[in-house]
Amino acid sequence: MSDTKEKKDMTQVKLSGRDILQDILSSSILRIVIAILLAFVFGLLLVIFTNARVLESLPNFFGNPGEFFAAASSSIGAFFEAFFKGAIFNPNGKTVEAQFRPLTESLRFAGPLIAAGLGVALTFRVGMFNIGAMGQILFGSAFAAYASFQFHLPVGVHLVVAVIFGLIGASIWSAIAGWLKAQTGAHEVIVTIMMNYIALNLVTYAMRTDILNPGATSTTPQAHAPDPNAVLPLLLGPGFKIHWGFILVLASVAVYWWLMEKSSIGFKFRAVGFNPDAAKTAGINVKRIYVLSMAFSGLFVGIAAVNQTLGDSLRITPGIDGGIGFEAITVALLGGSNAIGVLLAGLLFGAMKATGPAMQSAGVSPDILSVVQGLIILFVAAPPLIKAMFRLPNQRSTIAIDAPTTNKSHKKAKALKEAGVDSATKAEATEEGSEK
Amino acid sequence: MTLERQFDAAAPIQWKMPIILSVAALVILGFFGFGVDSNDVVFRWSNDTDAIVLANTAINAQLLGIVLGAISVLAAAASIWFAARRKQVPWYLSLIVGFSFIVGLISSVGVGTNVNVVFILSSTVALSTVIVFGSLAGIIGERVGVVNIAIEGQLLMGAFVAAFLGTITGSLWVALIAATLGGALVSMVLAVFSIKYLVDQIIVGVVLNVLVSGITAFFFSTVMSKNGVGTNFPGTFPIISIPFLSDIPVIGPVLFSQRLTTYLMFILVPLVWFVLFKTKLGLRLRSMGEHPLAADTVGLNVNRTRFWAVTLAGLIAGLGGAALTVGSVGSFVKEMSAGQGFIALAVVILGRWHPIYAAAAALLFGFAGTFRIWAVQAGAEIPSDLIQTTPYLVTLLAVTILVGKSVAPASVGKAYEKQ
Repeated sequence: MSDTKEKKDMTQVKLSGRDILQDILSSSILRIVIAILLAFVFGLLLVIFTNARVLESLPNFFGNPGEFFAAASSSIGAFFEAFFKGAIFNPNGKTVEAQFRPLTESLRFAGPLIAAGLGVALTFRVGMFNIGAMGQILFGSAFAAYASFQFHLPVGVHLVVAVIFGLIGASIWSAIAGWLKAQTGAHEVIVTIMMNYIALNLVTYAMRTDILNPGATSTTPQAHAPDPNAVLPLLLGPGFKIHWGFILVLASVAVYWWLMEKSSIGFKFRAVGFNPDAAKTAGINVKRIYVLSMAFSGLFVGIAAVNQTLGDSLRITPGIDGGIGFEAITVALLGGSNAIGVLLAGLLFGAMKATGPAMQSAGVSPDILSVVQGLIILFVAAPPLIKAMFRLPNQRSTIAIDAPTTNKSHKKAKALKEAGVDSATKAEATEEGSEK
Repeated sequence: MTLERQFDAAAPIQWKMPIILSVAALVILGFFGFGVDSNDVVFRWSNDTDAIVLANTAINAQLLGIVLGAISVLAAAASIWFAARRKQVPWYLSLIVGFSFIVGLISSVGVGTNVNVVFILSSTVALSTVIVFGSLAGIIGERVGVVNIAIEGQLLMGAFVAAFLGTITGSLWVALIAATLGGALVSMVLAVFSIKYLVDQIIVGVVLNVLVSGITAFFFSTVMSKNGVGTNFPGTFPIISIPFLSDIPVIGPVLFSQRLTTYLMFILVPLVWFVLFKTKLGLRLRSMGEHPLAADTVGLNVNRTRFWAVTLAGLIAGLGGAALTVGSVGSFVKEMSAGQGFIALAVVILGRWHPIYAAAAALLFGFAGTFRIWAVQAGAEIPSDLIQTTPYLVTLLAVTILVGKSVAPASVGKAYEKQ
């Protein structure tokens, strides 16, 4: 999709300087950068105007404006210092390891966000909206945790088995939602929301009983700790918490790229996402694609579950999702549902997560970062808003999601026509079908 | 499941309802009847301090379960009879089985102990209040064609604003009004983005939830946690007992001895129903969700009407937020809506986009929450976590069975662009 877009942008380039400037301004990358900057500006305003020293200086603003600006800039400074120290590099660290630990922590937090983000992004490309990453993470975690202590296998084998269990658990839960949509036409948003709660209660039940917590002494739901053989080994030695789960995540980014851009099944996924009716006409079994795409989506979310469960030797609780299921949606949206975009968006949000403790100790509430995240997505999701704010030229939405696939609105057809994909897709789809 | 739908003689027989009812009937007979000890269960209808004290009813739980099971089996058989004749299964058959299921469940858990009926009913109402407000907002939104995933955010914003402004001004009325405005503000953002800027409604909703949860959490940890008494201590509306009515046994304490927010819910449910289904305005509103082009053709301004209807819905969701703080616990906590906005979405569908059915569906969720608390107190051996999944399973079942019948507004979720 991005290819066709770029081609079209190229043809639009005119010779006058003003037009070229406009063309650069209308590119989606710049728009995303603007969205991120704007969100941080709004976030900083919140930080400034809730800062105690700033509030004290406000009544006397006209008498002593210097104090206000000093207080404001010191709170901005504290914010960025904490962000840098907490997410990238801590110059105050006693050892080199301690200095670089923040960067590895950012990567560790980014891992599950990227993986789950890929899972959600995959469904966006098929024209579906998977809100069920939370339930899928819970199921994947439960499966991985089960394999991690119920089996006792040799080094290496055990870890592989536990990882596969995690992937299968998440994938099954996801595929059920896809199956329900395919069979009954129920909207996947409501189905996945319900399945989140069902998963939460089922997993909590398993964690209260012998299934996941044999020999439990209290009624607090938690799983048995995994065998040492089933824990993902540390990536950079004992000085850092980052583990091989991050390598799994990077691999899944590559797999996602190949799957969606190069493979035949990915082509079918995208075809259904562009226009399910055309895809059906071209001989693609749309119902089967709904189930398959949800199953694949669950595999990626399963990588996030495995990261969470087998990343250390601690017991997991029903809170293992830790908000990743919903943050994955924002990661997928910001990343434009493509592999590199999701990777970068996940890294950004992972860094924001990692910086929480540093923010806290700098006196800035880490909750400001979820405000910033929400604003980023709001600005990114609304190209016309940014356009109106900066008087940018007309452009299409680059969010790779269509209206619910059952909609046959003329608006969608129009958007597809604009994007220049309808005829191309149909032609390719026909080829694909006839090959079969 | 009572749709006034005429089936042709050649139409396929609809077996879904009879199968569900039969399974439920067998569960009642087996698990709540024969599976229960032959012991007494005591239903307590009133407290000793009430004006009118009803005597407790002691009954053999096994016998009760078997009788309820037998009635349900008959109802299921009747539903098979109706289905085989290609007739719509009457709604009262589902009601009979559902009621038997709940009574059987309670008596099988409460066997050998007391069942405080008043506690169960009032707690059910209390736990469903917020969901009812949320679902009313959802119904209005979807009836005019805008999916409101941001109910969660509206509840949270309402709860936060009510606690904050209520404390600062020291007035519960300010808290109530502020909550409605807070909910409406979130709704307006949803409306502007989805109607004016044509952003996908589900995306805006999800993003608004993230944003509101972030903003309220930020203010909670920077302002409220430092000065709780000065910023997060609004108090609660007093419990108003309506004279005479509140003395009626069972019904009195449940319906007529509540806080203002609950009474508002009692008023709003029929009011929204009346406006939507019995007035000219309601007809116009629903036309926006069913066929916006037709509404536009006859001269209605689709997008402006949608905008104000969604904003109005936000007012109601904001009231739900007020019910969380000034109508219940009396202070704001991070993430205190705890997914009730999403449950409200399910209730909208389970209640078939109808305020009164939705309120009934909300009671089901309220009951599930109550039952979990009560079952633990009663020392039940059945796992409360599994019971807790029931309303979600019922919703899932309803969503998958109801689909295909023209219940949802036809144009829900689609932006309308004037040609």
